Amino acid sequence: MTKWDYDGPILEIDKLSISFFTRLREIPAVMDFSVVVQPGEAVGLVGESGCGKSTVALGVMQDLGVNGRVVGGSIKFKGRDLGAMSQEELRDIRGSEIAMIYQEPMASLNPAMKIGKQLMEVPMIHEGTPEKEAYQRALEVVTDVKLPDPKRILNSYPHQLSGGQQQRIVIAMALMSKPSLLILDEPTTALDVTVEAAVVDLVKDLGKKYGTSMLFISHNLGLVLETCDRICVMYSGEAVETGSIEDVFDKMQHPYTQALFRSIPLPGADKNARPLKAIPGNFPLPHERPPGCNFGPRCDYFVDGLCNKDQAIKMQDIPGNDRHRSRCLRINEIDWAAPMALEDTKTKGAIGDVVLKMDNLKKYYEVAANALFGGSGATKVVKANETLSFEARESETLAIVGESGCGKSTFAKVLMGLETATEGKILLDNHEIQDTPIEKRDTKTVADVQMVFQNPFDTLNPSMTVGRQIIRALEIFKVGKNEAERRERMLSLLDLVKLPREFADRMPRQLSGGQKQRVGIARAFAGDARIVVADEPVSALDVSVQAAVTDLLMEIQREHKTTLLFISHDLSIVRYLSDRVMVMYLGHVVELGTTEQVFSPPYHPYTEALLSAVPIADTSVEKEHIVLEGDIPSAMNPPPGCPFQTRCRWKSKVPGGLCEKEVPPVRQMADGHQVKCHLSDEEFNNMTPVIKIAAE
Amino acid sequence: MGLFILRRLGVMILTGLCLTFLVFTLTNLYPNLEKLAKTQGNFRMSDEEVSSFLEKGGYLQPLPVKYGEWLGVLPSHRYTNEDGSVQGRCILPGQDAAEAPNFCGILQGYWGFSTVFKEEVAGIVGKRLALTGKLMLWVMLLMVPSALILGVLAGMREGSATDRTLSTVAITTTATPEYVSGVILIAVFASSAVGLKWFKGTATSAMESANFENFFLPVLTIALYGMGYIARMTRASMAEVMTAQYIRTARLKGVSFPNIVMKHALRNALIAPFTVIMLQFPWLLNGVVIVETLFNYKGFGWTLVQAAGNNDIELLLGVSVVSVIVVLVTQLISDIGYVYLNPRISVS
Repeated sequence: MTKWDYDGPILEIDKLSISFFTRLREIPAVMDFSVVVQPGEAVGLVGESGCGKSTVALGVMQDLGVNGRVVGGSIKFKGRDLGAMSQEELRDIRGSEIAMIYQEPMASLNPAMKIGKQLMEVPMIHEGTPEKEAYQRALEVVTDVKLPDPKRILNSYPHQLSGGQQQRIVIAMALMSKPSLLILDEPTTALDVTVEAAVVDLVKDLGKKYGTSMLFISHNLGLVLETCDRICVMYSGEAVETGSIEDVFDKMQHPYTQALFRSIPLPGADKNARPLKAIPGNFPLPHERPPGCNFGPRCDYFVDGLCNKDQAIKMQDIPGNDRHRSRCLRINEIDWAAPMALEDTKTKGAIGDVVLKMDNLKKYYEVAANALFGGSGATKVVKANETLSFEARESETLAIVGESGCGKSTFAKVLMGLETATEGKILLDNHEIQDTPIEKRDTKTVADVQMVFQNPFDTLNPSMTVGRQIIRALEIFKVGKNEAERRERMLSLLDLVKLPREFADRMPRQLSGGQKQRVGIARAFAGDARIVVADEPVSALDVSVQAAVTDLLMEIQREHKTTLLFISHDLSIVRYLSDRVMVMYLGHVVELGTTEQVFSPPYHPYTEALLSAVPIADTSVEKEHIVLEGDIPSAMNPPPGCPFQTRCRWKSKVPGGLCEKEVPPVRQMADGHQVKCHLSDEEFNNMTPVIKIAAE
Repeated sequence: MGLFILRRLGVMILTGLCLTFLVFTLTNLYPNLEKLAKTQGNFRMSDEEVSSFLEKGGYLQPLPVKYGEWLGVLPSHRYTNEDGSVQGRCILPGQDAAEAPNFCGILQGYWGFSTVFKEEVAGIVGKRLALTGKLMLWVMLLMVPSALILGVLAGMREGSATDRTLSTVAITTTATPEYVSGVILIAVFASSAVGLKWFKGTATSAMESANFENFFLPVLTIALYGMGYIARMTRASMAEVMTAQYIRTARLKGVSFPNIVMKHALRNALIAPFTVIMLQFPWLLNGVVIVETLFNYKGFGWTLVQAAGNNDIELLLGVSVVSVIVVLVTQLISDIGYVYLNPRISVS
């Protein structure tokens, strides 16, 4: 197919409405949505899950499935209406003119087809390229996405690559025939932060190199800031605000955008002085949208009779700014520059005695080299945790930070008693629990150490009411003498996590993600837990709910003097709520100190890279750009010497190749601040802060 | 890979031993032996005569000893008659006792002597198995491709009219057992009831020279039953694959629908039904029993019926050994084939 030339915008979506039809009713997923993507421009589409941003993407691709249909408006690609095209014409455009990059790279690649074949297919279909040429082109593009050893990669199956490499392949596939428009649907959500940073970098560079326009769909404001020129904020099926990045980030004109920014932790945020402000209420379901403004019931500026009047609210131009529009009736009445009304500042509970102490904890796993058919092969040792030593005090929040495979979850398992330690000690109130598996622990110990899990959707029994599940925990912890007493206690636990008491009789499926996580928290605190391990408790939740759940955890901690071990990869939230931070890499603790110490230089080189990788949704922040090369090494086969040496940018500063030979010693930098690194003091002193907040 | 097959062979031998021991125990229960004695001698034997007959044949030894003899790991029982002649399992009629080997069991290639056919079991089993093999081959050739086509066509557009129609056909054929479908097919295509005398209602002549006329009905009867089942499995697997994200990727890459089905979906969709197809082999033996009897095709299933009906212990054992081997070998093939279809599993 020949690509036709067109001078105007690449993509014009005009008043688009998309509905899904079920047997019961029509569910409008996208309403009155307009956006224009100019050549070479990157537009970010931001919103919470269920707001319709992915539906827009699939609408552009005209791939809405059996139930979905465009019910109004038009989508024009280079001046041609996509809705009026035949299947053949669409097929010509898909993959050659418009390409898409998906959220889960593993699922998007055919597991039973070699990478090379999947890549070569694109030019072979669209340009009729002969196989040899297609192979050359595939080699070229794979080199472009910075994958090592392209020939080997082309000859492997998707499962033989890591997540980051798979995503690069998906990107390569999208670029195979130099499309004019690239749609990226949450391309980095499934990846680790440092890998994410590298992939985002790559996408930006390639966009420039090929002159591709991009529609970037994400829930992460920081990421959009880094990649896009313009942004469109969506809420409940509608675009609520669109404009250039600067206008929307700094001069926002819609209450939802404002609320969204106030609910995410920024570098300056502090949990006591400037608490996060969660958006009250819940996201409306598509068939339960309120009359008038969709955001009305959750809006601080809500005016009865105006905002809930049953009328369609139009997008309004904001004079003075470049194509900046907002869907709010009270734009001119609201003082957008007014600082956030400070809610009562909270005082931090005093940190008490040491309750938990780890001493040289080690956990090794032995795995058969080939689990399925092997048996005779040599077993390999996975060193999941190496010499973990730290203390945690009463009413202290200790954050454990690191990317997948760093051993943070293994540590949690050992602490909980799901696994026993290989070596070393765990002291809970001065008695050793490292060798007692959970079945053998007494009720008190089990109730004392509890866990809040990452995914609230999988951790509640779907066939048991919420109340019943909490009562079950109470029975196990032997709380309460009889059913009535336990029920009373269960209700008070619901109060504690700020859920209405009626929820006791509801089934988990009737709850939203944030509410489910609250039930998870209630269950963890059923036996008055003193140590709570929160394993990424908010990463599966939407931004506006994250703040509420985090605040709840903080509040319970203040009241109950709980020790919180907060496992996370999200440094913004860690900085916001923790007292001390422990950074892990490949089973090693590479840095440990107070939040202040860890987040300012001197850093461990890995901490530095992590900080640089975190996208920050603030235009006034300047970051030093550090991109880690390659992937995290496998724990099965760690590099010799320092675990981080394969990706460290400071390695050359250490004389004599020490990094490759020896595991660095733990060095005390300041009071309570320790770093595992070979760098000299001088080099440490010369480090500059990664994140700078530009002077206003 | 070699090691994997060796390990599997080891497991197979162990399983084979367990299963044959079970069959051996059941066929050697006393009432069976008594019946054997009476059919071999005469029906008016007294209890003493029965036990003396069994004593002479070595049937009254402990079970493990008898099993060992049958396997060929223990020297077989010999009994010296009052007239000085020696009789025993290994001594064929008319053979001198001194020349006969001490061990004669499965391991020595001696499968026993059929009391019904008055022939060596090994010969009978071999001949009958060849006949059934011919039948099975044609069944597979008809059943597998048509089932896969049916399943893929139904599964590629889940919920469409094609899907509904083909699924109904598949369910109907699976829900009709062979003894019903066989009788109906004979009535419709081979009898004067309908008058369409296209095929022959008996497959006896097919043992010598099989042709479409005398062989199609038994083949179709077995194939229909298995076909529905495989088609259902393929449909389910295909329908699931068609909703996978990588199919969406392919679609949005601009791949045409036929190519999506052939190049992207098919291999992934065949992984699950492949095991089912391999499981059909041993399961076909089951259907063969009914169909071969129905069409009077003297194959393996027919032999099994004869052996069981006439209390032919040695033949029954021989048949069961073969069945066990067929099951285990198909499982091995299925595992190896699975590895080739699914690149995520590798044997190193």
